Amino acid sequence: MKLCFFHLMPYQDLPDSFEKDYHSVWVDAPNSLFNPQKAHHMYNDFLDELEYAETMGFDAICVNEHHNNAYGLMPSPNLMASSMIRATSKAAVVVLGNSLALYNPPIRVAEEMAMMDVMSGGRLIAGFPLGTAMDTIFGYGQVPATLREKYTEAHDLVMRAWKEREPFAFNGKYSQLRYVNIWPRPYQQPHPPIWVPGSGSLETWDWTIDNDYVYCYLSYSGYKVGKTILDGFWDQMENKGKEFNPYHAGFLQIVAVSETDEQAQEYKDSIEYFFKKSLHIPAGFGNPPGYRSVKTNASQSAASTMDSRTKQLSDFTWTDYLEAGNVIAGSPETVRQELTHAVKELRIGNLMLLLQFGDMPKELALKNTTLFANEVMPYMRDIWSEYDTRWWPDGVDNSIPVTEH
Amino acid sequence: MPETIKLSLRGGDFEAVVLKDGSGPPLLYLHGAVGQKGWAPFLSTLAEKFTVYSPYLPGYAQSTGLEKLDDVTDLTLYQFELLDALNVSKTHVVGHFLGGMIAAEMAALSPSYVDRLILAAPAGTWRDETPVADLLALTASELQAELWSSASSSMSLSTADFEANARLRAELAADRMTDLTAAGKFLWPIPDRGLKRRAYRIKAPTMILWGENDRIIPPIYTEDFTNLIPQAEVHIIPNAGHLLMIERSEVFAAAVADYLS
Repeated sequence: MKLCFFHLMPYQDLPDSFEKDYHSVWVDAPNSLFNPQKAHHMYNDFLDELEYAETMGFDAICVNEHHNNAYGLMPSPNLMASSMIRATSKAAVVVLGNSLALYNPPIRVAEEMAMMDVMSGGRLIAGFPLGTAMDTIFGYGQVPATLREKYTEAHDLVMRAWKEREPFAFNGKYSQLRYVNIWPRPYQQPHPPIWVPGSGSLETWDWTIDNDYVYCYLSYSGYKVGKTILDGFWDQMENKGKEFNPYHAGFLQIVAVSETDEQAQEYKDSIEYFFKKSLHIPAGFGNPPGYRSVKTNASQSAASTMDSRTKQLSDFTWTDYLEAGNVIAGSPETVRQELTHAVKELRIGNLMLLLQFGDMPKELALKNTTLFANEVMPYMRDIWSEYDTRWWPDGVDNSIPVTEH
Repeated sequence: MPETIKLSLRGGDFEAVVLKDGSGPPLLYLHGAVGQKGWAPFLSTLAEKFTVYSPYLPGYAQSTGLEKLDDVTDLTLYQFELLDALNVSKTHVVGHFLGGMIAAEMAALSPSYVDRLILAAPAGTWRDETPVADLLALTASELQAELWSSASSSMSLSTADFEANARLRAELAADRMTDLTAAGKFLWPIPDRGLKRRAYRIKAPTMILWGENDRIIPPIYTEDFTNLIPQAEVHIIPNAGHLLMIERSEVFAAAVADYLS
């Protein structure tokens, strides 16, 4: 299976009483709370952590896009990815991704991703999220009722721009261009693998399956709640008569590895910072009218994730997070067992690991990464070895095992 | 009780549901973004003197075709099609909030259709220092609180108004998501969509009504509309919030009827 190191680049210096004194971590958290001098160190630490993950043998390093927030400091993941591309040579670079409806014209995404693919020699995985409501509706002023239509049109434009070899005109509802003719075009032919992060929307399942893209469920609900979502996805695959392949889906899990189960308590403060501050989002911002379809809002998956998030934010403690599966933590043996169980339950081939979270200091992030790479990763490599992935970049040599510990 | 008229417009692209009652000169009522739609006691009062047409806007209740409307102009042109289908060539137009914005646009785009114009807490402008409430970010219970003048106002309501309020609250909880999905297309993120460039064409005698405690669009917005429509009269209704035609049903209906008579 593929083990991918994911970084959110959280702002790490929110005040102790942030969640009591401020309405939200997203949309309207005032940037008077942002300290540029401290954030200078955060960015450099985070990039170090991502680059270190490559040297430790992770298959991929991943970044993503968020706006108006202290949850993740990457309004432009492409800037972070291009920096990582120059500093690495083996790992796939997953940009998960660019929220297509927010770019005007969206060929900007086709251009920048092509640049990254060429620079990296074909190591790019292109992610196309719809974007959270906080990013798209509230931060970037998109109209909920037309967001998905705009996203789909932008996707069609980007894919055509990547595939066509002659200039063409594009007469869309949201983009009208007389000459589409991107330079450069992608290194990978016809285009980089496409991954689509989703949060259980029925529309996204169908769209991802119909386009043969990878569906990624990125939430912090943990694998127990995640199973509801992924079971829904796999059921829909079966309904559509598609052949099962675990690499068709990805999942993100927070993991904390220590020498012993007791020692794992060293991650307690970072976990609480993450769930109580980084995810301090009021109900009104998460799901505004029109963002999700009536069908999705009525579905079981939406209900279960909303319920779970509410619980986390209110009064979970360290042991609750562990029991609910939000966090898999403990000794290497404990993590191996629980994570292997999770991957098999979820049936996913692309596992994204969040090993830095909240205000975790760099030393602890590197420790977590080292222990995971040395003590857990080798035991998980061969899961799903009977399957091949067709959603992995051409520029990464799959034939040579990267870890030989 | 009003009769329900169902019309198919533009070759079936739109199925329009219109409630109609009363006799006398025609009066078109266009409902707001959220909180009140369909029939209500103030419309029954007005139906004593006027032939009242109260359509559900596309995307609301059983009226369809929202996806065929891209912008405010599309929604305004749709109203003329609806009037043509109802065989109404000229009518008083009363609009609330989103409906008020569309009523003003109708009077600007095609003045011959509009007899007298009444705008109740209309949308269509923007003030940086006193923004319109963010309807998309309010939860159902927060919205419920913001729509009314104050929590205690229901104590002074007549029995009929109290019952209308209770019906409205139940409907709001059920329909908020779909109603605001439709409204978001025309009001989000900023409801300033060009009315100020077109308002010079409004020739109809105009009255502007506002609840003095409106917390969705603060009454300071009356100034925008008196600037845009210099002939307009302003009538502020005391002890009323955003849903002034429900909270102060009798006062509202009397003000409208007086102005139109």
